[in-house]
Amino acid sequence: MGEFLHQLASGVALGGVYAIMALALVMIYQATQLINFAQGEMAMFSTYFAWKLIDSGQPYWFAFFATIVASFVGGVAIERLIVRPFANAPVLASIIVFIGLSLIFNALAGWLYGYSVQSFDSPFTGKPLFGAGYMSAHEAGSLVVTLAVLILVYAFFRFTPLGLAMRAAAQNPTSSRLVGIRVGWMLAIGWGLAAAIGSVAGMMAAPIVYLDPNMMGGVLLYAFAGAVLGGIDNPFGAAFGGFAVGVLGNLVGAYLVGDEVKLSVALAIIIAVLVWRPSGLFGRRIVARV
Amino acid sequence: MITRRTFLQSSAAAAALAASAGSARADNAPGVTDTEIKIGQTMPYSGPASAYGVIGRTESAYFKMINEQGGVNGRQINLVSLDDAYSPPKAVEQVRRLVEDEKVAFLFNTLGTPSNTAIRPYCNDNKIPQLFVATGAAKWDDPKHFPWTMGYQPSYQTESRIYAKHILATKPDAKIAVLYQNDDFGKDYLIGLKDGLGADHAGMIVKEASYETSEPTVDSQVVTLQGSGADVLLIAATPKFAAQAIRKSYDLGWNADRYITNVSVSIATILKPAGLEKSKGLITGYYGKDPADKRWADDAGLKQWKAFTDKYMSPTEFIDANAVYGFGAAATLIQVLKQCGADLSRENIMKQAANLKDLELPMLLPGMKINTSPTNYSPIRQMQLATFNGENWELFGELLTG
Amino acid sequence: MADADRAPEALITLAVALVALAFPFVASGYHIYQGAQVLIYAVALIGLNLLTGFNGQISLGHGAFFAIGGYGAAILIVKFGVPYWAAIPLASVVCFAAGFLFGFPALRFGGLYLALATFALALATPQILSYTGFDSFTGGSQGLTLVKPHAPFGLGFNPDQWLYFVCLACGAALYWAARNLARGRIGRALIAIRDQPIAAETMGINAPFYKTTCFGLSALYAGVAGGLSAIAVGFVSPESFGLPLSLAFLVGIVVGGLASLGGVLFGALFIEFVPNIADQLTVSFGESAKALPGAIYGALLILVMAAMPMGVAGAMRKAADAVRHGRAPPRATEVDKDSGASVAANYGGKEESP
Repeated sequence: MGEFLHQLASGVALGGVYAIMALALVMIYQATQLINFAQGEMAMFSTYFAWKLIDSGQPYWFAFFATIVASFVGGVAIERLIVRPFANAPVLASIIVFIGLSLIFNALAGWLYGYSVQSFDSPFTGKPLFGAGYMSAHEAGSLVVTLAVLILVYAFFRFTPLGLAMRAAAQNPTSSRLVGIRVGWMLAIGWGLAAAIGSVAGMMAAPIVYLDPNMMGGVLLYAFAGAVLGGIDNPFGAAFGGFAVGVLGNLVGAYLVGDEVKLSVALAIIIAVLVWRPSGLFGRRIVARV
Repeated sequence: MITRRTFLQSSAAAAALAASAGSARADNAPGVTDTEIKIGQTMPYSGPASAYGVIGRTESAYFKMINEQGGVNGRQINLVSLDDAYSPPKAVEQVRRLVEDEKVAFLFNTLGTPSNTAIRPYCNDNKIPQLFVATGAAKWDDPKHFPWTMGYQPSYQTESRIYAKHILATKPDAKIAVLYQNDDFGKDYLIGLKDGLGADHAGMIVKEASYETSEPTVDSQVVTLQGSGADVLLIAATPKFAAQAIRKSYDLGWNADRYITNVSVSIATILKPAGLEKSKGLITGYYGKDPADKRWADDAGLKQWKAFTDKYMSPTEFIDANAVYGFGAAATLIQVLKQCGADLSRENIMKQAANLKDLELPMLLPGMKINTSPTNYSPIRQMQLATFNGENWELFGELLTG
Repeated sequence: MADADRAPEALITLAVALVALAFPFVASGYHIYQGAQVLIYAVALIGLNLLTGFNGQISLGHGAFFAIGGYGAAILIVKFGVPYWAAIPLASVVCFAAGFLFGFPALRFGGLYLALATFALALATPQILSYTGFDSFTGGSQGLTLVKPHAPFGLGFNPDQWLYFVCLACGAALYWAARNLARGRIGRALIAIRDQPIAAETMGINAPFYKTTCFGLSALYAGVAGGLSAIAVGFVSPESFGLPLSLAFLVGIVVGGLASLGGVLFGALFIEFVPNIADQLTVSFGESAKALPGAIYGALLILVMAAMPMGVAGAMRKAADAVRHGRAPPRATEVDKDSGASVAANYGGKEESP
């Protein structure tokens, strides 16, 4: 029983990181109807930015918020400069651009910061909670952060005019322009917010998975699986999906098929969900009228 | 009296002697001129194993230093180091480029078991020395089938055999759990462990858990291993995952004897991130000096290493165990080249590589010697067990030979 | 106009064929090896182009089918002693089946989701290949080593040249087959399904059948390429078939030109040589910049996409049209008869609704 609880706890902890990444994916999808394959590498690069700040003596929370702001600006810049020229190109062109971006960020991080593993401090120190080491203080703290981000994203889209404008711009650019929404800037802000959320995911992940240029590859895959499972247009769904993938991955890996094929489990989840319920567990079902 | 006949006879004899002496010495290898020896290697400078790229950079810097000191027997060393992204097809292509386009004399310290396995037939078919391959797989010590391929570091199987012996000696009733990377590196540790335990003790291993390098963490695997009730844990993991395993096993409150691969023992880059307190009690088979270990502060070998990195590299590399590795491998090669003297044919290079006697290097443990012979293609076979006391690695026992 | 178009095209094909045939006699062993690699990539790219360019199904995971072909051929050769000229076709049949089966769930995915699913496939492939349960066949993480075949019947080619000719023959045959397919009824059906799926079904085109068959075919091509690659390299291991390979294929067809069979040659040349060029460029940045080739490669991708969205083939076509006809390039509604590429092609992405 103890082992089961440990697997559950570690699955939830990691699932929180997947959930935040999935929220970043949701943000981009809501804003641009695209899936950003470079999200992981951007998050990793942001985390290195934070690491550099902390390394040079800044306090953690200053670095944390400075990184969020810097990532937002960076995301807006990338959208305006690199993604925008391909707005009318086929989807495939955008995918290639995202792949190119992820290659650039990965190589840049390696060049600037080296490939050795770095430690990244957590702001949540102290004794593990719940005794028996089920969850370290950091893991519990990052769960709280996950929930905070989730609520913020949900509230943003549901209750703020900007969120509404962004959703409108994504779903119906032409009509949105007619009512005065600056569609171009909506896309840019969407990218900025996604980059900011991604940086939070990176900073929460780094104390667990350790910081190196290749740290977000696997996380991104599981975040995709989570977003697909929960519904890529629903923040709560995507977050739930992230947690579910974290827990399922651990449990299935530990008890069913062995840890050797955990990645294939993620693949299987993606395919199964897309076949049986393409909009995800909580997404809106889109019906195309002929 | 020197008659015309004797003169002709003696000059004919002299000419014959000169001719035979000339042909007894084989031609120098391609890439060798009067002023330069060109050698090649492939390293993963990009991709999942890019942390090891520092080895190539260190070796390049070392040869730069040697060149500034006059080279080897008057020749400068020119290392052409290409990226293979840890992909065997790319490695084959780059090696062919090095040999056929760049015309290097031989290959040195190419990294990665898959890459080296892929190029081994080519090197042996074409009689190109594949020296000091940077992998610990056991298969490189096979002069009978692959006379042109030679390993370098103690093999992973040797290492885990030593751990097995230690477990049998100190905890014969142990229940052993193994965390291993799902590739040749990790699996070799499992094989060596089982080999060292022997068939009648094979039951000591109660649980094995593997992971892929694309996984974010191994926390789940560590939980599974603890759940098996084991009291000994072998961590056959590369740096990032080793750090995770060390931290998680401590956080779980798991009181096991932890053995760890000597690939992942650097204080600065692995134990510190994991937590020095959490790393207490780790046991490993040590063969080099950790620069971050205060005990070596006044050691002559370490001072050499520090002087080298001060001039040619940076403080980051000073504490990087991979860089130290490259430093040693490059020095070993220089010794081989020195021994070659004027004969730099591929045959002689291979011959001298298999003829290292009691070579000592500045960053190897005191008393360790490198030896090779035509039947022994494993230059470094010794290691000494060490345990981490929270600050540095304490050696214990004696120098063991695998 | 048909004849005027055909003549230069025939000339170009002839020129390419002559160069390809003469190449192994003038080049060194290493360059012949590279030439064979280009041909191998071209075959894989034809397959992917059929699926993604002509049929609009985005696959980021074709490395998986390449791997099935490679491992399939290697296992047949090493474990079962099948000769290489039989092993490759056999392995490619397996790939067809795998692609066909994957095509069924793929019917349910839209463009982006298929991209996502195939991305996951590419990431999971090395893990599946190194699964311990398959070890007795795959050789596990040690991989399988193959011997290069020698030219038969005492033909005077060295193994490098022989392999090149085998790849050339396979490539030419498969290219010819694909070209006929693309130009015929099936090709038009695929394009129709890509551009106007609902109208196509209304016209009686059995979209599911065509889409799954197209998946199977493209997997077959990738499998042939994989088998040839296994023999060329002489070694297969899980590390040979990771995510970078699948991404490289995608890059290849986009750079070469979507739905342009002629363009795959450019795509293959790009994949084969640009990483090496990026390598050379970083020499000037110093030793620590050895990691930069990835960044240069990524930057090149974006630049090529910005400058030549229809790929090299598209850019060349535009230039040729401008030279030949001296008029404006084709309008958005025109469809190029050779490649079926419509300039405003939409691959299952955003729908613009008024």
